[in-house]
Amino acid sequence: MDVFHAMLKRPAALFGLVVVTLVVVMALAAPLLAPYSPDLQMFDGLTLEGAPLPPSAQFPLGTDTLGRDLFSRLLFGARTSLIIGLVANGVAVSIGLLVGILAGYLRGWLGNLMMRFTDLMMAFPALLLAIVLAALLRPSLWIVALVIALVNWVQVARIVYTETRGLVERDFIVAERSLGAGHGRILLHHILPHLLPTAIVWGTLGIATTVLLEATLSFLGIGVQPPQPSWGNIIFESQSYFQSAPWLVFIPGAIILLTALSFNLVGDALRDILDPTQRGRD
Amino acid sequence: MAMVLARRLLQALLILLGVAVITFVLLYAMPADPARMLAGRSATTQTVANIRHELGLDQPLVMQFWHYLSGLVQGDLGRSYAQKTEVGTLIWARLPATLVLMAAGIFLEVLLGTLLGITAAVKRGSVIDNLVMMTSFVGVSAPQFVVALMLLYVFAITLGWFPMSGYGTFAHVVLPATTLGVLGAGWYARMARSAMIDVLNQDYVRTARAKGLSSARVLLRHALPNALLPIIAMIGIDIGQFMGGVVVVEAVFGWPGIGQLAWQAIQQVDIPIIMGVTLVSAFAIVVGNLIADLTAPLIDPRIRAG
Repeated sequence: MDVFHAMLKRPAALFGLVVVTLVVVMALAAPLLAPYSPDLQMFDGLTLEGAPLPPSAQFPLGTDTLGRDLFSRLLFGARTSLIIGLVANGVAVSIGLLVGILAGYLRGWLGNLMMRFTDLMMAFPALLLAIVLAALLRPSLWIVALVIALVNWVQVARIVYTETRGLVERDFIVAERSLGAGHGRILLHHILPHLLPTAIVWGTLGIATTVLLEATLSFLGIGVQPPQPSWGNIIFESQSYFQSAPWLVFIPGAIILLTALSFNLVGDALRDILDPTQRGRD
Repeated sequence: MAMVLARRLLQALLILLGVAVITFVLLYAMPADPARMLAGRSATTQTVANIRHELGLDQPLVMQFWHYLSGLVQGDLGRSYAQKTEVGTLIWARLPATLVLMAAGIFLEVLLGTLLGITAAVKRGSVIDNLVMMTSFVGVSAPQFVVALMLLYVFAITLGWFPMSGYGTFAHVVLPATTLGVLGAGWYARMARSAMIDVLNQDYVRTARAKGLSSARVLLRHALPNALLPIIAMIGIDIGQFMGGVVVVEAVFGWPGIGQLAWQAIQQVDIPIIMGVTLVSAFAIVVGNLIADLTAPLIDPRIRAG
């Protein structure tokens, strides 16, 4: 609860928290809030020439190139973004924690091998790798989540590794070990709880990265496939009408930006609050 | 120093070899079939099998990799499936365009970011500081393609100041470089600010002030050189990340660099080109990191000693 109160005192974090809450509400209540079905192609949703409609009373944010209500598609798109954000980033943080803890705790040749592997992964052009994998596998929501998790775990692993190495040297761990505690007990009861702040911070910051990466892949047409709405593929589908119907590109674009920004603001505030030594540094 | 250098070079080579192995295995494991892609939809199974044989795709993975690797050590990246041209030649032809974009983008982001970051550090806690920090957050959270499309809409479509896409003149560079520069500046601003705050808190800066030096002199001659170290390291890392990261910007602006080459190759499942661009990008990352590590001791004697 202290963390929550500390967040409320920071205007930037508060802003982030409000937007994140709004996006979560959008995603959860999409069927209730949406005026139309996201996939419904309406006859009166296009001009006589077949062009999308600008925002009006009937369609609050206008319609897309197939005569579907943009507002409804954005609401359901929030689901896609959040599902991928949570799943992909959850997997990435879990892999990162596992590799980082094991490498930091075991050290020796196995720990060394694991860290050399993260060195290798760091030399991979991450965006290019994600694009190649997403394009050559048959794209779907889960493949996109998997691809993102595959490129995003490395950073977490390295941070967790450094922290675990620091922890292993600490007196209370040495004491615990000399009292005869097993590896499992030390890892679960003493090391993991200390890594919780790191996991929470990266669990939040990582969602911003994930949302951006999903949007980018979908924008290139290799992410979430239409008709399932995602903020990125709404822009991908509307590109050809970019000059005459710019709202189709800029409304989803602004929502992607706001969402990523808010997760970054909340994550940054959490880092400040949970780790006082970092306070005011950046 | 020579020993350190030799060790780092050996490590870099091993990392590149590792990247080659992993990329090769990943591409091999993909369900997309380059032979079928080349043959077209209506091709018979026999035609596809012939093409597969021609490309050597019917050989076991280990043999294929051995062929690739023995070419690679002689500087041969293989031949494109679709274009039948040497991958090395194709990449070499596209490299200048990407390098121009990279130079312009990095120049802009370093200039903008460092200026903003230092201003924020000097005016710490002020409205300007808060504004810079907030803007830098927006910069690091903005999707590249949205910023690119926005710049296109305002400056190319509405105002008509710059061309929509293409390559060749200075006007063509402005929008893609601005996209990269504005977004990257956020990272540099945050980095420069925290580096500068660290330095400004040091005793020697206080001494310089106490001696009665002007604040401009303290800032430029005493504080700035030490604050630049992390920024230079970051440029090295940036150079590396750039190669693999330009795919989106090059696709939006029709910029004929290696990002566009990679994007076209991905759609055609042209594996030798994908391999080639990935390796060149990984090479850039490794070299960029080496530059970051090796320039540090040149600038800061403390690191040289330690």
